[in-house]
Amino acid sequence: MHRHVVIRTKKPALSFHVNKRALGINFILFLLLSVVIVLSIGLGSLHIPVWEVIKAFVGAGSEQNELIVLDWRLPRVVVSVMVGASLAVSGAILQSLVRNPLASPDLIGTTAGATAAAVAFITFAKDVSVQWMPLVALIGGLLTATLTYLTAWKEGVSPFRLALVGVCISAGMGALTIFFMVITQTHKASNALGWMTGTVYGMSWVNVMTLLPWTVLFLVATIFQIRYLNAQELGDDIARGIGVAIDKKRLLLIAISVALAGAAVGVAGGISFIGLMAPHIARRLVGSAYGYLLPASAVLGGMLVVLADLIGRTVFLPHDLPAGIFTAAIGAPFFVYLLYKTRNHQ
Amino acid sequence: MNVILSSRLQKTTVLIVGLVVLAVVMVASILFGINRYSLTTAVEAYTQFSGSEEHLIITTSRMPRTLTAVAVGSSLAVAGVLLQALTRNPLASPSLIGVNAGAAAAIVTTIVVFGSQFPVSQMMWAGFIGAGVTALLVYGLASAGRGGMTPIKLTLSGAAVAAFASSVTSLFMLLQEKTMTEAFYWLVGSVEGRQLDHFVMIIPYLLVGWLGAMLLTGSLNLMVLGDDVATGLGQKIILVKATAILIVVLLAGGSVALAGPIAFVGIIIPHLCRFLVGLDHRWLIPYSIVFGGAFLVCADLLSRLVLMPLRLEVPVGVATAMIGVAFIIPLVRRRAYA
Repeated sequence: MHRHVVIRTKKPALSFHVNKRALGINFILFLLLSVVIVLSIGLGSLHIPVWEVIKAFVGAGSEQNELIVLDWRLPRVVVSVMVGASLAVSGAILQSLVRNPLASPDLIGTTAGATAAAVAFITFAKDVSVQWMPLVALIGGLLTATLTYLTAWKEGVSPFRLALVGVCISAGMGALTIFFMVITQTHKASNALGWMTGTVYGMSWVNVMTLLPWTVLFLVATIFQIRYLNAQELGDDIARGIGVAIDKKRLLLIAISVALAGAAVGVAGGISFIGLMAPHIARRLVGSAYGYLLPASAVLGGMLVVLADLIGRTVFLPHDLPAGIFTAAIGAPFFVYLLYKTRNHQ
Repeated sequence: MNVILSSRLQKTTVLIVGLVVLAVVMVASILFGINRYSLTTAVEAYTQFSGSEEHLIITTSRMPRTLTAVAVGSSLAVAGVLLQALTRNPLASPSLIGVNAGAAAAIVTTIVVFGSQFPVSQMMWAGFIGAGVTALLVYGLASAGRGGMTPIKLTLSGAAVAAFASSVTSLFMLLQEKTMTEAFYWLVGSVEGRQLDHFVMIIPYLLVGWLGAMLLTGSLNLMVLGDDVATGLGQKIILVKATAILIVVLLAGGSVALAGPIAFVGIIIPHLCRFLVGLDHRWLIPYSIVFGGAFLVCADLLSRLVLMPLRLEVPVGVATAMIGVAFIIPLVRRRAYA
């Protein structure tokens, strides 16, 4: 079998074991994402042909097209890609840690906590600029995830306990959210609802710049943890045997995962199921070596959000619906399919 | 398991005490609130109705509200006991299997498809049906995968179906903004503003549910021992399971149609009752009926009083969720998970 190629260099002494197929699929996914991005920028209430989109990119398009492409649609798509990638990688990490294919950032309360914080912000902060909302949501998500982790801690964190505590705390946060919505006025509640569902509506370069440092920082941090993720896959005992400080690494990885998901939720609201779907599809395509799995998950996650947003802003014209509706509408049946599939495999 | 009440006499006594407590909190719920009334006023409202404002408030607001709280509290508690026996999982409850999200989705869909010409009572049927279909779907999905139904699969498929239903709800609410205000009534668990007609409409189904649960107690005691043992002892387990699920759908669906999503009553009360009388369903069900009702009336009374200086009411669904989270996490922590 020639699926693998080994690359060795003498100076510096490095050795890589490359899975050609997985690398190729990653490359194809990346190309596919680029195509989806260009197409989705062209589509909308005003249709712009592909060629014009490309011309606008390089600065040769008409002024109107450049405005639409560069200032309106591109930031929205860029935020979609970053949000999708963050959620997907966050989910891939959690699934490795919890060793349960059904784990996702929604499960440990990040999303529910961020939502509660954001709705509280909409309700109470009357004179404060909306620009602070992502930060408030991020803090809410982080605190809730920390709360879940701490309450699930009992001489280490068992995956099941984490999941059950997460569902409970999410329910509590959901109740808080409803409470805030009840005591606020209706038109504000409508804002809150759109946000809860998860939307990239009206994203500008400011949002891109807010999200970019976090996403890059934590995605890079994840790359350095790949070998621990791979070790973790083998089970606690083996991982410990080959020299991984399990509880320390687990805490670090959960922190990275929560930070990624929290920032994404902070900017775009509760876009659900990406953290679940993207890693799964990626696993089917490239296998479970994290060096290939993580980039593939990130690219797929980005693609899913871009597509969901595309549906949201084109299919129901003149409405511009939150992308989160469609990720949930596709994600939930997919999740159910996963529940089924575990009957025959594994 | 340590049971506090061991003899039959003790159990009967405490049950009677529970009934007295229930009566007392019901009276308190009728008398206290933003306006306070004396007991004589309340009695006069029924014996010598004068049409005065206080009499009207008592008969059309306080009384229906209290009755609704009792009925919903009891039903949710019993539905919890049944689900926990069926799944052999102490954390199963109506709110975890998606009935609330299903009811909301059905109601919002009805408003969008047929317009809002229907009265509240018709909407309640939509909610009832939505809740039932969702519960059956979640239960079916959770049993379908490898190894039958496990607690974690039930929880997760409940969460997934609920997420799907909520996305349908959000879609319609954002497409037609005016449905928002109408549907909001059902998105928040509350017994406020319920009318006596609605209570009368749903109560027969709840009564059938309670009665069915009482008749099923013997079989439930055997079901808890596991499918194989229950079959060996002569139980038709498929029949028992189907009946129990049907009763859960009646009780949980009826409750959500009346009061919207009220979480965690179905976990808290069965646990407390088990703590009192042990695992015998012949006691567990009546205890849950009495204490479930009393609990929700209390919770409603508290959530009415806690923010009274601000002229605000906390919806009782929010209050029970908060109490529920505080209650359930120690429970999860106490169990050993590999």
